[in-house]
Formats: sequence, structure tokens, C-alpha cells
Amino acid sequence: MEVIDLAWWKLGLATLLILALAATSHLSRLGIARSLLIATVRTVIQLALIALVLEALFASSAFYWIALMALVMLLVAGREVVSRQGRKLHGWWAFGIGAGAMFVSSFTVTVLALIVVIGPEPWYAPQYAIPLLGMMLGNNLTGISLALDRLNESVWRQRAVIEGRLMLGQTWQEALEDIRRESMRSGMMPSINAMAAAGIVSLPGMMTGQILAGSPPAVAVKYQILVMLIITAGTGFGAVMAVSWGSRRLFDERERLCLDRLVKS
Amino acid sequence: MCHVRTRSDYECRRELLHCSVDPVLKGLLLENVCIGGLGSVSLEVPDGQVICVSGPSGSGKSRLLRAIADLEPHGGRILLNGTDQLSVSAHHWRRRVMMVPADSQWWFDKVGEHFPDLTGDRLPPALGFPPGVMDWSVSRLSSGERQRLALWRALTLEPQALLLDEPTANLDGDATIRIENWLLAEIRRRHLATLWVAHDPAQIHRVADAHFRITGTGLEPDHGSD
Repeated sequence: MEVIDLAWWKLGLATLLILALAATSHLSRLGIARSLLIATVRTVIQLALIALVLEALFASSAFYWIALMALVMLLVAGREVVSRQGRKLHGWWAFGIGAGAMFVSSFTVTVLALIVVIGPEPWYAPQYAIPLLGMMLGNNLTGISLALDRLNESVWRQRAVIEGRLMLGQTWQEALEDIRRESMRSGMMPSINAMAAAGIVSLPGMMTGQILAGSPPAVAVKYQILVMLIITAGTGFGAVMAVSWGSRRLFDERERLCLDRLVKS
Repeated sequence: MCHVRTRSDYECRRELLHCSVDPVLKGLLLENVCIGGLGSVSLEVPDGQVICVSGPSGSGKSRLLRAIADLEPHGGRILLNGTDQLSVSAHHWRRRVMMVPADSQWWFDKVGEHFPDLTGDRLPPALGFPPGVMDWSVSRLSSGERQRLALWRALTLEPQALLLDEPTANLDGDATIRIENWLLAEIRRRHLATLWVAHDPAQIHRVADAHFRITGTGLEPDHGSD
């Protein structure tokens, strides 16, 4: 089955729809026109650039270029985790904990999936490694930033309860038990919801893309299941690490709550 | 705020003070404790005795209690029955030297969930609760009820020293006297070294074995109420 390539001018037709929406918004003073247009321009430019990068990467497929690409993706994701938290740990801790947790979970799970499950030749073949890592990081980023945001915000608001529990001789883990559970739940919720709704409420984007590109649905579905499972596992382990490192950092060596380590973004 | 005191600093001080510590003192011992505006507080709180601390609001009474419970970084040494605060883990220390804050905290839905095992069922009659209070929802408790229950919750954990921050602040006259008498009986019976922050001179007169007043940066003994 041949893939129908899209001519650039045909994308212009889709752009017209956005322009129409922006015009409607402007006329009825809904106030989204500006951000809508900026986001549209960003999408086009960012994706066009990444297409160039991927073309070059696929052509060379040298390991160090792929590793460099993965590193850049990780750093950008780490920065994004920091910017999505209302209150965050001061200094480099917020970035370090977010990026560290994403590195350990995303990279481990992606490499595992590449070597053990998919098995391309070589295992880091960019057309498998980069999209897989991208999806892992994207979802991990959402999960970890939601979990850390919830953790920091709850600790900030429930300072009196946490200290009250410490006064009764509880360890810092016991005093933070409920908050850690809530934070994990809030980080995992998007992945769990996505799995529960998959195929019934929504057709996941990757599978849709593969089918549009000409894959038989049975193959596309298998890839989609693989991706969803590893995304959920990766997000879960990432959130576990981020929440436990982040909550440890909120206490000092004498198990005192140190709210001065949290700053408002 | 949470700076790390270097080990060597602490050890030097331990060497210096070693011979000055009475190894048999039963109770709570504060040596040159500094916290916030308080410069250097040294105090002995013997077993089974109540030492009252008073002072204007903002003078650092609560922070002193927090330092003794090791909830805030502070200077100086604090010992319980000869055991240095820093030689045991923080949660073990707080289990033995228990602070009851002025506004107690309740985090589960039901009152009974905050009490370990069956200790809630042995609620002393002096606290004035009807049977079944353990099934109450926390949200229906008044501030006075919370305060009385918080005192019992702390005692069920069997501490060796008590740090009470205005324990009767939300109680009316009769209840105050009743709770004072019950607390004093428990303190004597359990041999608890007790530091009691109070502002009412009449209460201090009733409960205190000794009274100290915060003046500026230190504690001064007050004999006026004896």
C-alpha cells in the first residue's frame, strides 16, 4: 500500500481553518486568537525543523548523533518539568530530580523495549529509538510534573499537619504518607485514563498515524499496546522516583520539614 | 533555615561540656540552647515536675518548644535522662520528648483513627467526653475538644517529657481547672518532665513547680508567683 504524500499547499487548506477560527475568536472577543496563532506557527516551525533533523539522523544513523539527540530531548523535558510546577525545590534540585527520574525510567524502559521486544538492527536504529523515546519522555514528563506539583503544593498547604505528625514521633515517611499517595495517583492518572479509554473513547494518535501511513491495523494495534504498556510502566517508575527523591529533599537530616527549600515559580 | 551543623563543631562542644553534665539527672536538660531571638537558654526540668515558661507573644516561647522537639535547627545541647538529642534519630527523640502544640492537628476523618490500638477506649473520664467519641467525625469537634483529645493522644504514646504550648487556651474556667488537675496527676504518676507555656498568672501559680519568664534574649526565674 502506497502512502499518499501531502503537498505543502494542501497543509495551507488546514491552516485556513485555523485562520477562520482565529477570525471568529477575534470578532466575538473570545481572546484566544493571539495564542492560537502563535501556537500554530510554533507547531509548523518546530515540526518542520524536527523533520530535517530526523531526515539527517536517519541518513547517518551513527550512535553518537542519536545519543546527542536523546540528551537534548532529556534536557528540554527536564526544563519543562521545572516550569510546570507551581512551587518547586530551590536551585538545581527541581531540574535534577525531574531529569534524573526521567532519565532512569525512560531510558531504561526504552532500551529494554528496543532490545528485548522490538529488536531492530542495530538496536538503536533511529526510526525506532527516537519516536519511542519521544513518546516515553513526553508522557513521563506529564506524569512526573503532575506528581511533583501535587507533592510540593500539598506539603506547602499541609505544613501544620505534617509537623503535628512529626511531633507525635512519626518518621518523615509516615508524616508524608497520604501526600505521597495522592501525588502518585495524580501523576499516574493520565496514563491509567488513557489505557482505560484506548480504543473505545479514543483511537490513540500513534496507532492512527501508523494506519494512515499504511500499516495493517493488527500491526498498528500491537505497537500501540506495547507503547501504552511501557509508557505506563515508565511513567509509574519515574513518578515513584521523583516523589521519593522530592519528598526526601523536603526534610533535613533531623527529619525537620524545610519549607524554605520550596520557592514559588 | 535548615543549615547543617558540622560534626566537628558539635563534637568539640561535647568534649568541652562532658564533665559539666550530671550523668544521673533524670529529666530534661537544656544547655545554652539558642533559637530565634533567644540567645542562650539553660534549664533543668526534673522528672515529674512542671516548669512554666511565660512571656509576651512573639517572644519565642513556641519556638523554644519546637527547638526542644528538634523541629527547628538550633544551637546548644538538649539531653533527656542523660541522652543527647543528636545521639538518637529525630523521630525517636520526638516520641520521647513530645510537643503538644496550641492548635492540634487531625488528619483522618474519624477521631478514633488517630489513636493507636485501643487507647481511645480508655479515654479518661476527667476529659469529659461521652462514650462513643471515637466514632465522631473530626469536623464536629470544637477547638476545646480537639485540645483535650490532643493531650490524651500524646499521653497514649507514652513519652518521657511533655512540651505543652498553652494546653488550656481554648477551655472555659471549669474545664481548665479539671484538665489542669488531670494533667498534673498524670505528670506525677508517669514522672514526666514537663515544660508548660502559659500566660495566665493564676494558672502558673496553680501548676508550676518553677516559673521562668522570657525577658529579651534569655529566661529569668520568676519567684513572684510562689
